[in-house]
Amino acid sequence: MAVTGVLRPGHAQIRVLNLEEDVKFYRDVFGLVEQGRDAQGRVYFKAWDERDHNSVILRQADTAGIDFFGFKVDSVATLNKLEADLNAYGVKTERVPAGEMLATGERVRFEVPTGHVIELYAEKKDVGNGLGYSNPAPWNKQSETGFAPTRMDHALLGGGDLDGARDIFINVLGFYLTEEVVAEDGKTQIAVWLSCSNKTHDIAFVRAPENGKLHHVSYWIETWEKVLRAADLMSMNDVPVDIGPTRHGITRGATIYAFDRSGNRFETFSGGYISYPDMHVLTWPIQHLPEGLDYAQRKLHESFLTVFS
Amino acid sequence: MSVQAEPRTAVTVRIADTGESYKCHTDESLLTGMHRMGKRGIPVGCRGGGCSVCKVWVVAGDYAQIRAMSREYVSEEDLAHGRVLACCVAPRGEVELAVIGKLNKVVTR
Ligand code: FES
Ligand SMILES: [Fe+2]
Repeated sequence: MAVTGVLRPGHAQIRVLNLEEDVKFYRDVFGLVEQGRDAQGRVYFKAWDERDHNSVILRQADTAGIDFFGFKVDSVATLNKLEADLNAYGVKTERVPAGEMLATGERVRFEVPTGHVIELYAEKKDVGNGLGYSNPAPWNKQSETGFAPTRMDHALLGGGDLDGARDIFINVLGFYLTEEVVAEDGKTQIAVWLSCSNKTHDIAFVRAPENGKLHHVSYWIETWEKVLRAADLMSMNDVPVDIGPTRHGITRGATIYAFDRSGNRFETFSGGYISYPDMHVLTWPIQHLPEGLDYAQRKLHESFLTVFS
Repeated sequence: MSVQAEPRTAVTVRIADTGESYKCHTDESLLTGMHRMGKRGIPVGCRGGGCSVCKVWVVAGDYAQIRAMSREYVSEEDLAHGRVLACCVAPRGEVELAVIGKLNKVVTR
């Protein structure tokens, strides 16, 4: 199957408590490329190898967390169809006009039962990765600056009605379940990993005591060695690390969880396996969450189920 | 010849809940001081003022805010009563605090 419909995560708008401090962090320590500011004062970034204009937007606020998470779809026709499908499924949608975000077309916005605002859009300006479209070089200076992830990869969101959110992604948006953590009853899902592609996850949900919570936004790093280099940079720059470097049992990604300057968790990760929609779901009984999270140390990290922004 | 760095001042912080105490520098947060030397008592989360698990009530002593705190978790009334995020304030002198942040979760094992 070709990748059609919903293509990939496209943007995350993150609230920060001190804009200039986090701009410096995401640009100089993280190594994201600053793409401009809009009239509202939001600051736009993209990872070096992304070709669309922006993927991470910072907004000054007095609370931390995530405003919305957006997915790019393959065409305007798909956007219209998915909006109609959402409405038919009982999900209210609204349109955000083109240009409300820099270089971004019209967006369809809706809320899922975990209290998160999700967006779909078909158009975002192709600005390229700076390497050109003919005889491109493999990398450039930007790919060696900071953690230098190649892309914003996925998000893990926390809220109460995980089942409701999961159903919308699977039944309407065409995602499939790759992995799950289940409670002692063997049924109740504590966390789910959902894919719209060959990635192990494009979005994930964890059951959380409060709605609308951000667990982390994750960024793809090309190799495990570069994940370790990111760990050095985190220590060199006093970045608070939550877990790792280690390997997740779940999705098999090599990972670090850490926090930005406003307490929003992020992940820098690499690896995992290639996933297909016909593959059997992988299940992690809750008593195996320690190794699901941290395969190397096999210890329960309390913060995984408790620390959100 | 070497330039002498200004000496840092360390003060004693007491956690009322456990009776434990630790030394914290006046230029670091109450949470950093505890966490750095492997002490426990205040839950450690994001260390950036965004998650609230480190919320404490400063029952005695003086402190200064060194980082912005999410207003989702710290109201005006909290501020007026010394209920703050331990990762966002530094002690000015000896401090006694009570832990009020908790590691909430839906599932308990
Ligand atoms: S540790 Fe998250 S607010 Fe202090
Ligand atoms: Fe992740």
